[in-house]
Amino acid sequence: MQMPKPSDQILARKPQIVARLQAVLPKGAVIHDPIQTRVYECDALTAYKCPPLCAVLPASTAEVSAVMKVCFEEGVPVVPRGAGTSLAGGALPTADSVILGVARLTDVIEADYDNRFIRVQTGRTNLSVTGAVEEEGFFYAPDPSSQLACAIAGNIAMNSGGAHCLKYGVTTNNLMGVTMVMADGEVVEVGGAHLDAGGLDLLGLICGSEGQLGIVVEATLRILAKPEGARPVLVGFDSNEVAGACVSDIIKAGILPVAIEFMDRPVIRATEDFAKAGYPDCEALLIIEVEGSDAEIDDQLSRIIKIARAHNPVELRESTSAEESAAIWLGRKSAFGAMGQINDYMCLDGTIPVSELPFVLKRIGEMSVQYGLDVGNVFHAGDGNMHPLILFDANKPGDLEKCEALGADILTLCVEVGGCLTGEHGVGVEKRDLMHTQYTDEDLEIQLAVKDVFDPKWILNPAKVFPLSATETRRG
Amino acid sequence: MIRPESEAELAELIATASEPLRVLGGGTRDIGCPVEGTNLSTAGLSGVSLYEPGALTLVAGAGTSVDEINEMLAKEGQRLAFEPMDHRALLGTSGTPTIGGIMATNTSGPRRIQVGAARDFCLGVRFVDGRGQILKNGGRVMKNVTGYDLVKLMCGSWGTLGVISDVSLKVLSIPETETTLICQGQSASHAVASLSAALGSPFDVTGAGFVNGETRVRIEGLEGSVSYRVGALQNSVLPGFEVVTGAASAEKWAELRDVTPFAGRDGAVWRISLKPSDGPVLVEALAPLAPEAMYDWGGGLVWILLPDTGAADAHAVQIRAEVSKLGGHATLVRGSDQARKTAPAFPPNPKPIAALTQGLRAKFDPRGVFNPGLMGA
Repeated sequence: MQMPKPSDQILARKPQIVARLQAVLPKGAVIHDPIQTRVYECDALTAYKCPPLCAVLPASTAEVSAVMKVCFEEGVPVVPRGAGTSLAGGALPTADSVILGVARLTDVIEADYDNRFIRVQTGRTNLSVTGAVEEEGFFYAPDPSSQLACAIAGNIAMNSGGAHCLKYGVTTNNLMGVTMVMADGEVVEVGGAHLDAGGLDLLGLICGSEGQLGIVVEATLRILAKPEGARPVLVGFDSNEVAGACVSDIIKAGILPVAIEFMDRPVIRATEDFAKAGYPDCEALLIIEVEGSDAEIDDQLSRIIKIARAHNPVELRESTSAEESAAIWLGRKSAFGAMGQINDYMCLDGTIPVSELPFVLKRIGEMSVQYGLDVGNVFHAGDGNMHPLILFDANKPGDLEKCEALGADILTLCVEVGGCLTGEHGVGVEKRDLMHTQYTDEDLEIQLAVKDVFDPKWILNPAKVFPLSATETRRG
Repeated sequence: MIRPESEAELAELIATASEPLRVLGGGTRDIGCPVEGTNLSTAGLSGVSLYEPGALTLVAGAGTSVDEINEMLAKEGQRLAFEPMDHRALLGTSGTPTIGGIMATNTSGPRRIQVGAARDFCLGVRFVDGRGQILKNGGRVMKNVTGYDLVKLMCGSWGTLGVISDVSLKVLSIPETETTLICQGQSASHAVASLSAALGSPFDVTGAGFVNGETRVRIEGLEGSVSYRVGALQNSVLPGFEVVTGAASAEKWAELRDVTPFAGRDGAVWRISLKPSDGPVLVEALAPLAPEAMYDWGGGLVWILLPDTGAADAHAVQIRAEVSKLGGHATLVRGSDQARKTAPAFPPNPKPIAALTQGLRAKFDPRGVFNPGLMGA
């Protein structure tokens, strides 16, 4: 993975740039000491690191706007940062960039239960949005695994999903409006407490644009009434193919669970060693969760169980209590941690048509043997969003490169079977150089042209999303 | 009328077009500022190329008729969940609605409040830009954040950025049963309060409207679950509401979806999107115009029929002034050519948004051949 060479001119002007930023921000909001800037050297894709020129932590829309005006005039790249939980390197700095962190923008501006929305500053964490409305019986639906830590700003930048988006959709389906600071510092309002845009759907374009079109500082989010209850069933199978067929049959039967999670043998074993959730020793395991009143849950689960039984499961465990539900989810929720105990890992995010699950899992198994790196699979099966976890040893020379190559092969396979490179994590730097496997030069050029309109100087997160060769002439 | 029979032919026609094109699917949604140009129909780009019920996915040419898709889906117990409006009765148009037209206009119906809009069900598009290039964005999988989401941008761009040639859709199963809870004689504000209470309950309301003095709340799903939720609503926030089931229930929502109470009657029709509780507030503020109103989306979508007073702009200035006080936007869906031009039909964009919009148009359609002026600046 390569990053562009930092601009010597900007590096040389660091004192002046820092001084200008300090002049528009309160004391302590500009972090420029080389020891302190190391905090911002990477996000959750820790394989790549580079401290920024400096980091700024504005506490209001006006301050964000002032920062952008300075950076726009100076031609300094700005890398927006939510909570730094990106698995794709979305917040990875370059040495000549200013990290713009939204961590101090955490207010709830308005919660309107009659009209079912909440307006927040985007530094607020995902889970604390739900926290702000749950006493009134509401919740914010998108639930990325990092929801305790991740910020709404990053959720919007990456169009984050989560386990429950099979029913409730991803961020873009739950976002009603934003206040955004443009590259030149201008503040624009898009959407609001009403549904659907009056003109072009700029909101849909902004969501998932990885901080390349503007800095989203406020967001109006749809909130929903909390269901009466939820309960999972755990089903184990002796092959991935059968588990995949079971998923397809459930969906075809017209039952829409809120989540269908899939774990394969390597992940089941790792989580058992780590979390001791009491999972069966089998090839593939599904956790299927449904919502509603007790009677509604019973009804849906009985239908699901009937379908599952037709596939001869090796184990079928229906939760009958909150404790049992927690036990079923325990392993799934600790899966990433469990894999991390074994070794370093890289988490992929390709999405495939559900019908291709068995084939893709088989091919990943073969590739894993070929590369000599273990791969575990844990993912959202209902919508085909896979998360292959490639285990490698960061301290072993050449292992990271081997892991990157295997990752690229797996993602290319996802595209070949009709899927895509990333379902919910974003492109960032991780999948940037694979964009050509999914899109032609022309397909990419029109996306670059969109950025030209929003950010003519290409100062917003310029080294992300697109292959560097495609953006070279545009970047400063 | 030009009617390409393939995507390649479409691209060739656009690349060599020397005058503006009026882009049509089935031609049933004659909305916006009237466009001068050669009619370009996508009807020839027809046919379903992939349908996987187990993956809830369907891929079709833009010109495929919605009827054909609905029929195919119904055989597998599935449907287009966003419940697209059929504009023919309201606008007095004929022709066959196409799936490309629905996506280009982001046409949704009552279920939009629960499941999302047309744009939320569009997984991918192929389209031809103003240079005649064939481009694609998105794909045919449920979750896709690879690059910018131009799918959303194309949905609701009314053919002003490119001509959609192919769409991939997410479909959903038809629930076992549906029931509508109704109540007569509530005032609009009382009705919207009832709808808000129902939508704020955990009972998964899939429709919430107020039309002809009737407050309507729809519940769909497995039979036992629907009867449980109907009872729970009657016992909590919807006391005294009566129950309508089966085909009679479905009719209530077809009426609301297609705005049939305003069909075949004189006057301008406005479609206004705003915060649900502001719906009745707006209608009250517009009382001097003697509007007739019906409400969908829990009060957040207001349809207004205005008697024909001969106003050149169909009262756009007054209506938009009131809407902007509340937050939202108003579109003149039906009006004379002159009114649609003067109003203008689509809500004017605030300055910074207008600049972005013009910038995007210049990139997608540098020669300005697609539906020039339809959406205004």
